[in-house]
Amino acid sequence: MDIFLQQIINGLTLGSVYAIVALGYTMVYGIIQLINFAHGEIVMVGAMVAFTVIGWLAANTPLPPLLIVLIGTAAAIPACTAIGYALELFAYRPLRKAPRLAPLITAIGASIVLQQVAMMIWSRNPLAFPQIIPNMVFPVAGATITLIQIAIIMTSVVLMIALTAIVYRTKLGVAMRATSQNAPIAGLMGVNVNHVIAATFMIGAALAAVAGVMVGTYYGIAHYTMGSLLGLKAFCAAVLGGIGNLAGAMLGGMLLGVVEALAAGYMGDLTNNVFGSNYQDVFAFMVLIAVLVFRPSGLLGERIGERA
Amino acid sequence: MSALLEVLAVGKRFGGIEALSGVSFTIARGEIYGLIGPNGAGKTTFFNLLTGVYRADSGSFRFDGKPLNVKAPHQVAAAGIARTFQNIRLFANMSALENVMVGRHVRTRAGIFGAILRSAATRAEEAAIHARAWALLDYVGLAARGNEVAHNLSYGDQRRLEIARALATEPKLLALDEPVAGMNATETATLRTLLERIQGDGTTILLIEHDMKLVMGLCDRILVLDYGRKIAEGTPALVRSDAAVIEAYLGGELA
Repeated sequence: MDIFLQQIINGLTLGSVYAIVALGYTMVYGIIQLINFAHGEIVMVGAMVAFTVIGWLAANTPLPPLLIVLIGTAAAIPACTAIGYALELFAYRPLRKAPRLAPLITAIGASIVLQQVAMMIWSRNPLAFPQIIPNMVFPVAGATITLIQIAIIMTSVVLMIALTAIVYRTKLGVAMRATSQNAPIAGLMGVNVNHVIAATFMIGAALAAVAGVMVGTYYGIAHYTMGSLLGLKAFCAAVLGGIGNLAGAMLGGMLLGVVEALAAGYMGDLTNNVFGSNYQDVFAFMVLIAVLVFRPSGLLGERIGERA
Repeated sequence: MSALLEVLAVGKRFGGIEALSGVSFTIARGEIYGLIGPNGAGKTTFFNLLTGVYRADSGSFRFDGKPLNVKAPHQVAAAGIARTFQNIRLFANMSALENVMVGRHVRTRAGIFGAILRSAATRAEEAAIHARAWALLDYVGLAARGNEVAHNLSYGDQRRLEIARALATEPKLLALDEPVAGMNATETATLRTLLERIQGDGTTILLIEHDMKLVMGLCDRILVLDYGRKIAEGTPALVRSDAAVIEAYLGGELA
């Protein structure tokens, strides 16, 4: 088996998830310069809600698997969107004019609250994904790709195209970009800045819901702590690409996924098995440190001076 | 002519400095109303109070027959007041067209669900936003520049783009803060033609300007501020011969 190609495929799958989550970080940062550390927990809630619905449907109805997963996702999206909106309204909006450290710490607090509430609702035990999706494996030039991997990569590509279309083709997108460049002026030109910021949180949360379903389905479990590490890595991906930049988040996510997968694949060989593939998590943060040292604005980030 | 904007004893202090003290005046529908005065007289402060950037310490505004009660900036635009800025404040990284499209936001309905669901009504509305934005670019003479990024436009073009963006909100009152500052004579003449055309199309204009030739030639009535106080108001001819105005501009020894 071709380990290199296999790890690229695995990396792109994981990278797709990182990219979708990173988009949520980068959109919120782009519009109010807040790093929403609770974003990873929204992904977790998405996975938990979807798994609850999917588990129930799989056990009690004869619906086809694809439909079950779609219904589960459809349930997760409004739940996450509501949480995203509530966070903005109750946690961040009152602090809009406060020093930047205040909303940042609030975000960390919100993340802890969400995690603990999820623990109370779903218990400490992981939810398992029911065995409903056939484990189909397709050979690709010496490596393999599973049905779930194909679905994850394709879904995230569709979401990225859709988001780009929203931001660059719609009225809301124009208002979002105007607000991110200069919120007071956008307000004076008639844009309801609060609506636009709320919409940004909601779109980011909807993406997070889908990401939660994708990552949960990929690993087969969902757990109330799953959002923390995933959120941090997606944040690294957003910084790698240039935080505030949509294309950067997509590129950063994919790159980070591939770097991690390759590291996991070759770590044992390169270090004579002193370090194993379980050290793959280190790489996200090594990448973060390297970016902050050598290119603080990220791969596609603009210089700060270019902001309006 | 009926009143569009009534300014009732508006005052604003910054610490110990009285930027505006009890200024009252009325702008009639359809006129070009000039606001002049030496630097620091309170002109821009007045603009910022009118558009809700600052809150007045005293006094009030009535606009279009109703009290103007602004809680959020976008409500000013919704009420029918649009402004431009002394130091240009475009969305520098967006195209000229998109800058104008932002101004359409307040007059259109589609929101987050429209952006995601893309119903026929939303698509029709966005087509209308596009068409209107192009028409406005054409109106100010920037039709050929629509797809250029705003910060690549020449200075004069940026000023006109700000006016197009303001007009996109369909204002009843267009407030211009030194629109010809830094322009050469040709650009000033073009802008003057544009302002006359805007007035002719039924929009009332409030103009802050230092270019006396433009102000005297263009405005129907003029208000003169000095140290936050109203020292004169009236037609250009009246204001030009007012002793207090001459003193404020040229110094006491000549008066």
